[in-house]
Amino acid sequence: MNGWMHHLVIAPIVLPMFVCAVLLAFDERRRTLKRLLSLGTAATLVVISAALVWEVDAGRSALPGTPHVYLLGNWPAPFGIVLVADRLSALMVLLTSVLGFTALFYAIARWDRSGPRFHVLFLLLLAGVNGAFLTGDVFNLFVFFEVLLAASYGLILHGAGEERTRASLHYITINIATSLLFLIGVAMIYAVTGTLNMAELATRITSVPAADLMLLEAGAAILGIAFLLKAGIWPLSFWLPRTYAAAAPPVAAVFAIMTKVGIYVILRLSSLLFGETSGGAAGFADDWLIWAGFATMIYGTLGILATRKLTGVAGHYVMVSSGTLLAAIGMGGELLMAALLFYLVSSTLAVSALYLIIEPVERNAGEDDMIEGIAEPVFDDEYTGAVEEEEENEIGVVIPGTIAILGGGFIFCTLLLAGLPPLSGFIAKFAIVDALFGSAAISPTAWILITLIIASGLATLISMTRAGIDLLWTPSEDSPPSLSVIEVAPIGLLLAACLALMVLAGPVYLYMEGTAAALADRSTYIGAVRGAPRVGEATR
Amino acid sequence: MEAVLALAIGTLTASGLWLLFRPRTFQVVLGLCLLSYAVNLFIVAAGRLRTDAPPIVGKGAVDPAQFVDPVPQALVLTAIVISFATTALLLVVLLAARGLTGTDHVDGEEDDL
Repeated sequence: MNGWMHHLVIAPIVLPMFVCAVLLAFDERRRTLKRLLSLGTAATLVVISAALVWEVDAGRSALPGTPHVYLLGNWPAPFGIVLVADRLSALMVLLTSVLGFTALFYAIARWDRSGPRFHVLFLLLLAGVNGAFLTGDVFNLFVFFEVLLAASYGLILHGAGEERTRASLHYITINIATSLLFLIGVAMIYAVTGTLNMAELATRITSVPAADLMLLEAGAAILGIAFLLKAGIWPLSFWLPRTYAAAAPPVAAVFAIMTKVGIYVILRLSSLLFGETSGGAAGFADDWLIWAGFATMIYGTLGILATRKLTGVAGHYVMVSSGTLLAAIGMGGELLMAALLFYLVSSTLAVSALYLIIEPVERNAGEDDMIEGIAEPVFDDEYTGAVEEEEENEIGVVIPGTIAILGGGFIFCTLLLAGLPPLSGFIAKFAIVDALFGSAAISPTAWILITLIIASGLATLISMTRAGIDLLWTPSEDSPPSLSVIEVAPIGLLLAACLALMVLAGPVYLYMEGTAAALADRSTYIGAVRGAPRVGEATR
Repeated sequence: MEAVLALAIGTLTASGLWLLFRPRTFQVVLGLCLLSYAVNLFIVAAGRLRTDAPPIVGKGAVDPAQFVDPVPQALVLTAIVISFATTALLLVVLLAARGLTGTDHVDGEEDDL
């Protein structure tokens, strides 16, 4: 690891932040420039994160899969803040970049015009999410959480309108309260262990005296609640479907990764801090995760069946997906980890594609009322140059066969979400079920999980079919809707990514298995962080 | 001093929580403010309470026992800045919601009482 490649780890954070600052210098009239800059950044991020994945996977040295540690400010490891790109982080960053790129692409069709500073907020969100995935320090994680939350507050409000303002008022309040819980958890963990570096925490946690163990577990539990709320666990998830439904489609599409940030942190901390070899506190929350995961799945499944709007289906599907992942994390085991990582990637891509396709489908059915396009400005000075928008050139290049394309995409999404063969959704669910059957004695909880996975798939299928008949098969009197290439291309890209997941399931699954093995083996992570050489020291 | 600090944190948290569950947006904002004060004090307490001990270590050989742990103080500074910024943002949303819905109820509509 020499030269510029060494700095690759920090690029997914610094690059979008830098472009944000540049974009702020231009006002809303320079729209083409802004679009080019932000889309170019998002595309670069995809390349960078793909390079990161390649690097941690192929291995730059004799040891394949060694985490790549970057010392911020060149401080030695336990004292300064470190960024760590291991297989899991690199995978999540790649997923973020793909979602970010497609959502931004989609937004260019029309949505980035319905309010000011869309691109700045969007890139800031990407920077925050990437930072949360890459950081190796608990308090730094809090800071990146706040960065991504601050950007998400702005994005939820994007396009203004009454419903968005109401939903965001709840969203912001809940998230500020959660951030306070996060801080309490961090403070308690620091009080017990005296460090916030994750690798250092993992070593010190084995020697926490029994008297302090309860305090540590309480701290970790409070911290966990903060992440579980982000992940949308029942009963802390009532805000989720409503907020996501109120958000503009490209925003909702990229928010699909935000619940996964919560999942990622739970996965990281539970494997690193509360793994099997971490002394008294090992696995203290596993049962909670399993049962809360089940409750979330049940609630999400019922929600999918009960809801009439597609955005509601998508919102509740996000919860089902979170519930499945949390229950699987609670059960643990290397086989199951690999399967759940595959499921995580597949379901995130699919739900993001669904959020993007909902709006054209509903426009097709003439249910146009939710698309207000450009709403009345709340604060006049915010909108300089953005509001006066000419109606012509609204859609761009119009392509024929709208209904066929929309219908095809919709069916594709349905198959993915419901987990029917032959698409990646099926492979993911099959892998989970297979991993559950893999153990010699199948526990009752494993049976419950299998039942719930199948039931939620069935519910998704029923609900999506119902919506599909309503929206696509009902002939409408209006002229066929217009659909632009810019809108179709990103949906196609996301679905193509799912297709690639299916075709390349073998190599991808090998990567996931490697990731699961790396998660189970804490010593490599700890060793890599603690032994990270400073720049200027002899490169070992 | 421990008792005073604990009482202060407890009182702030209790008042903050009570306000947080009130139906008016402004009460909610004040509740969040009080809660964040409580949390900030809590973080300081997590670094152990000491009087007459500076958190900044000078150059040269020093005795760590003479100093208070600087990390929680840095954490508190960050937390203060962040909660300040988010509260400001929440106030803007509060005003927008008031303007759009015509009420300061957190749900955007009055309860039918």
